[in-house]
Amino acid sequence: MRDLVDILLLLLVLSDFLLLGTSFFRTSIKLATAQGLLLGLLPLFDHELTARTVVLALGTVAVKALAFPRILHYALRESGERREREPFVGYALSLVLGAVFLGLSFWFSSRLSLPADAGDSFAVPASFFTAATGLFLFISRRQALHQILGYFVLENGIYIFGLAVVPDEPFLVEVGVLLDVLVAVFVMGFVLFHIHRHLETADVSQLSQLREDR
Amino acid sequence: METLSYLTEFVLALVLAPLLPGIVRRIKARVGGRTGAPLLQVYRDLWKLLHKGQVLSDSVSPVFRLAPPAVLAASLLALSLVCGVDGGPISFAGDFLLLLGLFSAGRFFLMLAALDTSSSFEGMGASREAAFAALTEIVLMLSLGGGLLAAGDHTATLRALCQGLPHHGTQAATALLAAAFFAAFLAENGRIPVDDPTTHLELTMIHEAMILDHSGPDLAFLEYAGCLKLWALGALTTSIILPTVDNFWLRIVLSVGGAASTALLTGIIESSLARLRMPRVPQLLLGAAGLSLLALFLLVWR
Repeated sequence: MRDLVDILLLLLVLSDFLLLGTSFFRTSIKLATAQGLLLGLLPLFDHELTARTVVLALGTVAVKALAFPRILHYALRESGERREREPFVGYALSLVLGAVFLGLSFWFSSRLSLPADAGDSFAVPASFFTAATGLFLFISRRQALHQILGYFVLENGIYIFGLAVVPDEPFLVEVGVLLDVLVAVFVMGFVLFHIHRHLETADVSQLSQLREDR
Repeated sequence: METLSYLTEFVLALVLAPLLPGIVRRIKARVGGRTGAPLLQVYRDLWKLLHKGQVLSDSVSPVFRLAPPAVLAASLLALSLVCGVDGGPISFAGDFLLLLGLFSAGRFFLMLAALDTSSSFEGMGASREAAFAALTEIVLMLSLGGGLLAAGDHTATLRALCQGLPHHGTQAATALLAAAFFAAFLAENGRIPVDDPTTHLELTMIHEAMILDHSGPDLAFLEYAGCLKLWALGALTTSIILPTVDNFWLRIVLSVGGAASTALLTGIIESSLARLRMPRVPQLLLGAAGLSLLALFLLVWR
């Protein structure tokens, strides 16, 4: 069981790296979907199987692997763009920085004083790394879609941290967070859709041009 | 008994090594819908080459003649280290470093010979070989070193790696290390997706470009050395993954079967992938290095 959880987390870390390295929107959305599926599987193996974990897993998969990619594909369809050409930080450098983040997250989680059962789990560094990847995507990408994905990945990292460290998080809180994310992505998807429609591009560095005194 | 088993393994490797490229080619042919050359074709090629005369360019120095025996000697030594890995007379601290060093030494002489011909194609091949080998060595060092760490052993011998990893290493880290090591295996042997051993276009060659000017027995030496290297790394891969056995016959079967199955896997990979563009090769190798680094983090963390 422990090994299986480790492999799931490892796949998650690898998908983070791929997200840092890919420029194609479609690939990124696919990777995010895969992360959603992995996150759905995690509670099933990490905790004992109760109705609560099953509902949580199903909810996670429904929101993060089904609803979420759909909204983004819908937003993407409006724009003709297939990939992000010039991010603020290049893809190769992003990957190198990713390796640095990974080292930092391992170091950081070894310094934290965590509850005993979470202390030696790979989940804590993996969650820090995922959150760091999300934050980094947020600031290093120019296209709105990749920034939304960054938000999503950041939330995934926080979710795993909760799963590893607070096993008895109230059910309502988790479902509430899930709902929040859904709404946030919904809103962002529509904003993206309208940016595409009005500007022909979702390059957020162009947004300053909306100023009237240009 | 150990010595006997070691010698049997070694001799079998010497005799059967040319089968491996034959297996790879056969699988590629079958997947492509052709019958393909007979499995023993490589033996015939070697035999033919050994009986041919050779042509030497006027401009080459003795270094050029030195390369084929040097490469063959390095491969033989490497094979002798790998053969007894599950329990033979040869095992000492740091032998995995010697293994990598032998590969580098062989490569060094081959590159010297290639540069010696002052052919632009061969120079290009040598430069590519040097560039990619520098990255491949990182991957090999990281994955073998990581494997030793996973096996929980600090004597730093290949034997400890092969005996310890299947029992002590966490599965996730072991899988990562195996993937990285296999990528290095493909690069080190000049196989697709890094290099295409069957290409006819000099511009895309790496290993083949370096041996363009060798002919006759010299070429046979180099080809045979390539077969031995394939065997050594293939057998090492499987003995790292599989648990150690004590039975004499079982050990022989595992060693031969292991080398053959890596050839099988190589054939499948070669028929399903195309060679990567040159700028993409470092990405592949650095990706493999990243995988083994990740495995290392995992192991240190535990």
